[in-house]
Amino acid sequence: MGRITLDQVTKSFGEVNVIPPLDLTIEDGEFVVFVGPSGCGKSTLLRLIAGLEDVSSGQIRIDGADATDMPPARRGLAMVFQSYALYPHMSVRKNIAFPMKMAGVPEDEQKRRIDSAAKALNLTDYLDRRPGQLSGGQRQRVAIGRAIVREPQAFLFDEPLSNLDAALRVNMRLEIMELHKSLATTMIYVTHDQVEAMTMADKIVVLRAGNIEQVGSPLELYREPRNEFVASFIGSPKMNLIRGEVARTYGAQSIGIRPEHIAVSTDEGLWHGTVGVAEHLGSDTFVHVHGHGMGSEPLTVRVDGELPVRHGDRIFLTPDTEKLHRFDAQGLRL
Amino acid sequence: MARAATTQRKAIVTVAAWIVGIAIFFPILWIVILSFKSEGDAIRTPLEVLRAQWTLESYTTVQERSNYLRHFWNSVVLSVGSTLIGLIIAVPAAWAMAFVPGKRTKDVLMWMLSTKMLPPVGVLVPIYLIFRDLGLLDSRVGLVIVLTLINLPIIIWMLYTYFREIPGEILEAARMDGATLRDEILYVLTPMAVPGIASTLLLNIILAWNEAFWTLNLTAAKAAPLTAFIASYSSPEGLFYAKLSAASTMAIAPILIMGWFSQKQLVRGLTFGAVK
Repeated sequence: MGRITLDQVTKSFGEVNVIPPLDLTIEDGEFVVFVGPSGCGKSTLLRLIAGLEDVSSGQIRIDGADATDMPPARRGLAMVFQSYALYPHMSVRKNIAFPMKMAGVPEDEQKRRIDSAAKALNLTDYLDRRPGQLSGGQRQRVAIGRAIVREPQAFLFDEPLSNLDAALRVNMRLEIMELHKSLATTMIYVTHDQVEAMTMADKIVVLRAGNIEQVGSPLELYREPRNEFVASFIGSPKMNLIRGEVARTYGAQSIGIRPEHIAVSTDEGLWHGTVGVAEHLGSDTFVHVHGHGMGSEPLTVRVDGELPVRHGDRIFLTPDTEKLHRFDAQGLRL
Repeated sequence: MARAATTQRKAIVTVAAWIVGIAIFFPILWIVILSFKSEGDAIRTPLEVLRAQWTLESYTTVQERSNYLRHFWNSVVLSVGSTLIGLIIAVPAAWAMAFVPGKRTKDVLMWMLSTKMLPPVGVLVPIYLIFRDLGLLDSRVGLVIVLTLINLPIIIWMLYTYFREIPGEILEAARMDGATLRDEILYVLTPMAVPGIASTLLLNIILAWNEAFWTLNLTAAKAAPLTAFIASYSSPEGLFYAKLSAASTMAIAPILIMGWFSQKQLVRGLTFGAVK
């Protein structure tokens, strides 16, 4: 079991209020991702749940029990850190065994769990090495192994993949998702990368300045962002936001249209503009178009990779009105 | 050409290093030489001293007149004892200052260091009186306490610097893994800081071994370490150069040997963090 409830939780460092009163429920077995720009309080929130920071007020419950004043050791949560935080003076085996040693798990049971974790994580050949002799990906797997063997109520991941190179990151992402499928344990994952959030989460919590902007499944956030912030944060490349005259014709202060929801034509369309930069990815091309009468910000349009567009070309754009988002003066969805 | 210039540079640096090294080591060397000369030869001019006959005369006299082993044992007890007790106090103290610093941590560190700026003689009389009343004069226990206290600031400072190099996330990981504060310090922090702790230990044994002010003033016979053993051969007239040198040589030999064998560890510890 691993149901975590935050009830009116706040955190301030001295005078600075990092987390205003915040409520959140994380259901047992859910994969929840906290996402937001740096400094939005997502790591602090995770550390509050972990018990590494004390809440200033409010209550944290784990499986119904009040954990607000429990030391981290007694919360039954396992954490994987960005820097891996392995014990450099211990072998991989001892690193993985450490939480079990602390919990007083019998030796033979320790051995059994180490062996099965090592097998699952492809670490069997490295058990007697020190962390310093491993690659980044292997270190991260050791850190995950150390978390698994405890059989925790929930896993906490603090930007675990940001120190890895791009290819490895995609692999580890899949491994963590598979792990979640096989263990079915609650996982809370912090990242600033919205792609990680979209691909991994059952539920995404978008944070800004300590406030929860929106909670929902990846597709909910993609289809119905509650405000401009969520709209432009979720999705890649990010949503185009258009203000002014064009927005007013739709009866809104601003409108948002995703790059993939704009049709391109060389002869006719609702808007027209000039091609600025075109980013060719092979399968797709992201074209930055300076729309006429649409402000200085270029619009990003996603087109087929085969479409021949060049700098300076004049093209026509038509938004898919079904998928157009309208926002009011406060940036809230209309 | 470039290679010749580099070689020349190397030669100059090597010579300079040797000059500095010899300048520092020379007094010790001279004491060792004097200790192997007769009392009469020891007061002659340097050249004559070098030409004079070698003899073990001073060592035999010193052995007959005083009990080297007792002083030696006192020195060992005082230096090792005070350092170990100091470490037991300093590890948690440095942990607190390095990982849970408060608003006043920097001030506390400065204040501790400021006690080292006070001339010891300034507090000699009060400490002497307290020790007299408590019956601690000329006792090993009393001296271990004093030496622990005077070296504690240095031990804490050194450990604090080493601990600051250790990423806090590793200690947090230990906390998440179920470690209590004791487990965290014992199984994670201390083993990771072994190089730093070892060099702190060595340096403080050396400092305590060589400490003369308190050991001379607070002991008479029973607890007197090797510093008192040397002092008993000094005389204002300077007539016992050879014996004094023999006593000094015997007093510094153990710590010199220890330093020689641990120099790698000492240098590594003292430059810890400076070179990453």
